[in-house]
Amino acid sequence: MRRLLVIIRKEFGQIRRNPAIIRLVVVMPVIQLLVLPNAADYEVKNILVHVTDRDRSTLSRRLVENIRASGYFILSGYGSDRREAVVAMEQDRADIMLDIPRHFEKDLLREGRSTLFVEVNAINGVKAGLGGAYLTSLLRGFNDGIRAEWTGDGDSRAGPLRTTHTFRFNPRMAYSLFMVPGILVLLLTMVGMNLTAINIVREKELGTIEQVNVSPIRKHEFILGKLIPQFIMGFVVMTIGFGIARLVYGIVPLGSYLTIYAFAAVYMLAFLGIGMLVSNFSGTMQQAMLVSFFLMMVFILMSGLYTNIDSMPAWARWVARANPVTWFIEVMRRVVLKGAGMADIAMELAVISAYALLTNALAILTYHKRS
Amino acid sequence: MKPPMKQFLQFAKKEFIHILRDPRTLAILVGMPMVQILIFGFALTNEVKNARFVYVDHARDPLSHRLIQRLEASRYFESAGPVDGPEGIDRAFRRGQCRIALVVPPGFETASGRADGATLQLIADASDPNTANTLVNYAEAVVADLSRELAGPAQTPYTIRSETRMRYNPQLKGAYNFVPGVMAMVLLLVCTMMTALTVVREKETGTMEVMLVSPMRPLRIILAKAVPYLLVSFFNIATILLLSVFVLDVPIRGQVALLFAESVLFTGVALSLGLLISTATASQLTAMFISLIGMFLPTIMLSGFMFPIENMPLPLRVLSNFVPARWYFVIVRSVMIKGTGFATVWKETLVLAGMFVFFTTLAVRKFKLRLE
Repeated sequence: MRRLLVIIRKEFGQIRRNPAIIRLVVVMPVIQLLVLPNAADYEVKNILVHVTDRDRSTLSRRLVENIRASGYFILSGYGSDRREAVVAMEQDRADIMLDIPRHFEKDLLREGRSTLFVEVNAINGVKAGLGGAYLTSLLRGFNDGIRAEWTGDGDSRAGPLRTTHTFRFNPRMAYSLFMVPGILVLLLTMVGMNLTAINIVREKELGTIEQVNVSPIRKHEFILGKLIPQFIMGFVVMTIGFGIARLVYGIVPLGSYLTIYAFAAVYMLAFLGIGMLVSNFSGTMQQAMLVSFFLMMVFILMSGLYTNIDSMPAWARWVARANPVTWFIEVMRRVVLKGAGMADIAMELAVISAYALLTNALAILTYHKRS
Repeated sequence: MKPPMKQFLQFAKKEFIHILRDPRTLAILVGMPMVQILIFGFALTNEVKNARFVYVDHARDPLSHRLIQRLEASRYFESAGPVDGPEGIDRAFRRGQCRIALVVPPGFETASGRADGATLQLIADASDPNTANTLVNYAEAVVADLSRELAGPAQTPYTIRSETRMRYNPQLKGAYNFVPGVMAMVLLLVCTMMTALTVVREKETGTMEVMLVSPMRPLRIILAKAVPYLLVSFFNIATILLLSVFVLDVPIRGQVALLFAESVLFTGVALSLGLLISTATASQLTAMFISLIGMFLPTIMLSGFMFPIENMPLPLRVLSNFVPARWYFVIVRSVMIKGTGFATVWKETLVLAGMFVFFTTLAVRKFKLRLE
């Protein structure tokens, strides 16, 4: 026990003497939490529409006016040559091309029907999908209005079913509410894994691990001595993070902090284990950094932080399920936004505990005092 | 061969040996990009599908069954079963069992026969606003289809139809957007981080002293450091492009030579950035975190491949101009996916070239200072 305390004190001494680490632990979360949620605004708005109007009738002008006034769209170009629209799209000056054919108004009046052509830049799926859907629904509304006007019939709805919808948990549809809890998890993960992974390899590379190895310090004491300070730092980072979330974004968890911190404790353990594993299998800091970078990238991108897990192919959903970050982000969002309690996250807690046991057991088994 | 050239080659050879003697690092350098492009190319998608829904069916009549079957049959939805009442919906949301809930009112079928029709209630989990919006859109479309069927085939007068085409990416594959992004990310990661670490490492282990007392000029030392990583990057660019085309089915619609040349330019920017970081820092730890915070995150967040730049607040939009990956991403998307030529990307190319010159000059300057 005494020996353990001595190692812990040594670790804290090292952290204190290294301003880079302190800066990382304090400054990084502040900057990231201030910048990232602002950058991660995926709301689809300001969709650039290029209209090719070959009809130039009262009706086509009225349609263009409707698009301009809708608030979702910006009329980025208006002409009568389709080639202009194509060039605009190639140069990213247009997201959607709307083609109003010649005789659009005449056909509608005489034959009762006419067709518009919509072409969407589909490289970015979300923008294409939502932008296209918004425009289609705008056209439908326009059509209903025209029909009601021309037939003199007030009820232009099609069919007997209608819907109402409510948006729960985030009625203002603010993206920050979605991103901030996820980014908190990210910060905790980065501190937990990267610092741990590098910490032990650093001693290897600088040769100081030899001294530890010849000392009477036992294996588990050494490992615990390394892990406990990182564990504490993780909590410091998370607490700073919640402070910022509250002060800057006004985000206060609907559920209890206790639930989050309890889950975070087990989660930190799991990630310290992963960090240790990485450092056990690396000879140099360069290797350790590369491997933890690679793992971070997979962990982050496959976690549902930015993209939707449900829409991934089946095998990728399994990868996401095997990713501990996924579980914590899920739990964090549920507790913060929906007020989930211990009973609601029991399954996730069990999974992450199993993870923590597994990674730490492996880490202890693969750490050898002899090289 | 002139002596300075020979010297330079000697140093480049030394750097090569450094890399080759560390097969683990080499394996990571070469293998990592391949694994990443495959994982992310296949797995990342912005589409919304397979969303789970729960329902409260107060009616339990043939029409409500028909509606729920319709939803289940749609590729966008997957049923997570019925729940009882508002508490059931709440619990399902809290446990993450569904993203949207449907409430069918009592006497649904009877109501649908009446003049004012029947109203369904949709409750979406808006913690993710876009998904919520998209799902509500999809669900409303399913209901509207059924509604039109119930109304019968009576012709509605004055109908404007709209035909929508998805240009460049008719199947809405995520890979079309993510492959250019992952290319930028991987190249930046390999080049910047590796070069950043390699110089600092010599400082930290003390071998830098030896280099500095050698007759080599600082510019050459720096260039010699960059050469092996440049070659590794060539290899990576080639494998990434081959994998994209043959495994991910992402086409190269423009000129391959142009794409390759632009990639080399981008690699140059990344290498010079790495050298700059390494000359400005004293330990591998710091160098690594600067590359992590200064490179990796801005590349993901501000290059436009994850999040639309036009939505960001002004300071971030300005900041994004300084992220090299932003320009490279536009270039790759234009040349590879849209199939446009140099005429559309010369501005972006110029920006990258400017960055390259700037970073290299700065790196050499900084390096000289240390020498004195």
